Amino acid sequence: MSKTVTTRDAGDIKIIELHGKITIGSGDLQMREGIHAALAAGAKKILVDMKDVTTIDSSGVGELVGCYTTATHRGAKLKLAALPPKISDVLTVTQLITVFDVFTDEKDAVASFG
Amino acid sequence: MIETAASTPIVLWLSSRYANIELADALLAQVCRDRGVTEEARHWISMALREALANAIKHGNRQDPEKRVLVTFGGDDGTLAIEVGDEGAGFEPEEIADPLAAENQMKTSGRGIFYMRTFMDEVAFTRGETGGTLLTLKKRLDTISKRKGAEAS
Repeated sequence: MSKTVTTRDAGDIKIIELHGKITIGSGDLQMREGIHAALAAGAKKILVDMKDVTTIDSSGVGELVGCYTTATHRGAKLKLAALPPKISDVLTVTQLITVFDVFTDEKDAVASFG
Repeated sequence: MIETAASTPIVLWLSSRYANIELADALLAQVCRDRGVTEEARHWISMALREALANAIKHGNRQDPEKRVLVTFGGDDGTLAIEVGDEGAGFEPEEIADPLAAENQMKTSGRGIFYMRTFMDEVAFTRGETGGTLLTLKKRLDTISKRKGAEAS
């Protein structure tokens, strides 16, 4: 089984790549663990790359919101990049798309951290 | 290959495990193929079904694997109907807070029913025979079935 979460560094930016389903009981928890591990390691700039996400449910969305709040409270910035249209739609209908910093591709997102 | 004709409802009983959501979703994919539902529409029906099952397992049956979740695929030529029942204590959907309200926007839960209502044409909650919640999801096929489109042209 392929991993739901893979991480890599781009300078001082921790890039967290999500793959497949970010849904209740599996992908949602792995995503949270990946982001929390980055925060625990001291990351202040976190980019979540979602280009390979096929499905996200309300549990995955809730975990994403929780991670965003946790990151903000710890003085870190969490941004999203490369949302597939269906994933963008899920965040749009609940108006969360305006809460997150969302970028069309990783390059622009990395540059935005400054 | 299983035939899933609209006139013959399919009934599935699942134990309350999140992994079983994938089983029901796989069967939904088969039902959608048989009824000519477009891939785009299947994706959103799948999302609604996933939310219904997650609610039944988590909030209805409290993840007790001894308690079962009922899934029924049926409807008629014009409608795909899905029922999801649990063996929990029931709940009042009106008590669920509006996830679009500013005070709820950053909450980590409370969006599942909203997504179901967004992606389906009808969502109804009733009390099931076992006392739990029986959720009915309906989607009209006239705009999302390739078969209907072909017949109309």
